Amino acid sequence: METQTLIYIFVGLSFALYIGIAIASRAGSTKEFYVAGGGVNPVVNGMATAADWMSAASFISMAGIIAFSGYDGSVYLMGWTGGYVMLALLLAPYLRKFGQFTVPDFIGTRYYSKAARVVAVICLIFISFTYIAGQMRGVGIVFSRFLDVPITLGVIIGMGIVFVYAVLGGMKGITYTQVAQYCVLIFAYMVPAFFISFLITGNPVPQLGLGSTVNDGSGLYVLQKLDLVLQDMGFGAYTDGSKSMIDVFCITAALMIGTAGLPHVIVRFFTVPKASDARKSAGWALVFIALLYTTAPAVGAFARLNFIDSVQNTEYAEAPAWFKNWESNDLIAWRDKNGDGKMQLGKGEPFKGAPLFAEEAGTNGERIVQNEAADDNVNEVYVDRDIMVLANPEIANLPGWVIALVAAGGLAAALSTAAGLLLVISSSISHDLLKKTFRPKITEKGELLAARLAATAAIVVAGYLGIYPPGWVAQVVAFAFGLAAASLFPAIFMGIFSKRMNREGAIAGMVTGLTFTFLYIGWFKLWSPESNVAANWLFGISPEGIGVIGMLLNFVVAIAVAKFTNGPPKEIGQLIDNIRVPRSS
Amino acid sequence: MSDNSPDAPEQDAKTSDAEKAYWSANIRLLWTLMSIWFVVSFGAGILFRDFLDQFAIGGYPLGFWFAQQGSIYVFILLILFYSVRMKRIERQYDLDD
Repeated sequence: METQTLIYIFVGLSFALYIGIAIASRAGSTKEFYVAGGGVNPVVNGMATAADWMSAASFISMAGIIAFSGYDGSVYLMGWTGGYVMLALLLAPYLRKFGQFTVPDFIGTRYYSKAARVVAVICLIFISFTYIAGQMRGVGIVFSRFLDVPITLGVIIGMGIVFVYAVLGGMKGITYTQVAQYCVLIFAYMVPAFFISFLITGNPVPQLGLGSTVNDGSGLYVLQKLDLVLQDMGFGAYTDGSKSMIDVFCITAALMIGTAGLPHVIVRFFTVPKASDARKSAGWALVFIALLYTTAPAVGAFARLNFIDSVQNTEYAEAPAWFKNWESNDLIAWRDKNGDGKMQLGKGEPFKGAPLFAEEAGTNGERIVQNEAADDNVNEVYVDRDIMVLANPEIANLPGWVIALVAAGGLAAALSTAAGLLLVISSSISHDLLKKTFRPKITEKGELLAARLAATAAIVVAGYLGIYPPGWVAQVVAFAFGLAAASLFPAIFMGIFSKRMNREGAIAGMVTGLTFTFLYIGWFKLWSPESNVAANWLFGISPEGIGVIGMLLNFVVAIAVAKFTNGPPKEIGQLIDNIRVPRSS
Repeated sequence: MSDNSPDAPEQDAKTSDAEKAYWSANIRLLWTLMSIWFVVSFGAGILFRDFLDQFAIGGYPLGFWFAQQGSIYVFILLILFYSVRMKRIERQYDLDD
């Protein structure tokens, strides 16, 4: 069967499955809408959490980033898994025992303050929208490359699917759809990884393959060969990074702490029956996540080797079909700098910026690029890192159904995360802003309706961001993690582990952490991007890692302010005692 | 992470001795496990990577292995250990849910 037909079948079947599950699990009450009724099995919740967590960035982009940055890519691997240890040990069981619906719920109650609740809602909405715009872009990429539909139509179809199960099903619908999406995405990620690992090393397990010798008779280990090949071409060694140690340290820490403070992840642990289930569930979530995260570095390394093998010094006329496919999608470009008709790879930009294609074709049939020249290096090939996972099956000549599987997997990853984010946005509006702050007399039915309306509005905004991605979106993903680390995490952590922390301290801390991190990232990413170089950074810490400093400032300010203001009222002491022990009193 | 600072408000009378003992057992366990968490990721994967890279696991330089594989496996073990251990501590103080 044609690959294109297979893709339609796989994607169509997966969508039918999600809608079927959604119809079977509609939410009837606010408790079902916000936390799936609070009765989700911890293993099931672990699986749903894994799908919720692993976004288009994990599925599509991460292995590509690692492929091109080698050791430096470790910040994502450790950062996006280590946060689960903090969640399981420091936050999840206590928040579950607290037993409410949202993250601002905890902050508002623990700090006996509507102002604290509203500050938390603002952080949450900002973090979640930043994140969701990236998911919609992922949906757009997959649709335009694999299904040959315009990006706009692709995003609208995606919005329609999410609408059905997020708005009807709420958390209950999302949970069971996410379980299905996890199965689709992990299968789609692992199958090509097994194939490629086997092709390159003879060992089908990618985690072992990456530590094995290459199957080419040279007797070299994969990483050794990669180091040699890259150094020959003028790159640094794959196993050495180019980032400074302090920057790697801070980015890893900011991603870990940010993960632990992301509302759409935390709220998944409100859906299990008991505090001890929250711990268990976080463990399962990490098992399911680790399956992909320990495979990604192998996929990245294999993809880099394969890519170099099939492109370096190949005549453009002889270039493999995938090269031209992705070129026609603007994600690959070639400029024949030395006029030999062959493609050369190397360190540095092939030309300035992202490719701007002309209408006519060049002498070898390639699409002509109009960008300003960058002739200080030999590199002739522009490649968008995002394609490494998507193009991998084609690069390795895998059968059509594997390619179809990857398309369905990419969509599952993007849609499952988008749904989780939409849910926390809508519940923070209907529950925290309306019910708990501005319209306390709203009925249960009214609140449920408000939640559905808010989810609908959030889908429309997210879809708009996906169709007309503002230039800043890609630039500010650092915001989501940095702000979660600098604002929400310290407030929740101290809310559990310090009885002395009070309203004044928590609010002052959140506002300080948020403002500092926002201004630092905003300055280097939005307002003055030309100054975004290591020499100008505070202590050499890039905007991606600055959330750690924001978090430290939050702690310092909160503790200092709490020292000079009255302690929390007596009921709050009882509340803390209550959430610290699993048994209800 | 503890409540022993002098200006902490008095423990509520209803907080039983068992609950206090349970909480300090929990804090002790947390310090141990979070230290391991720090050592395998920030320690082995970042700060001491260059030193560890002179050793190897198969084709992996050891520091690189910790950064891209090993730390993740240890993270899983830490959560599973905490989960099992806490259940036992909770039973011991008769506070399990």
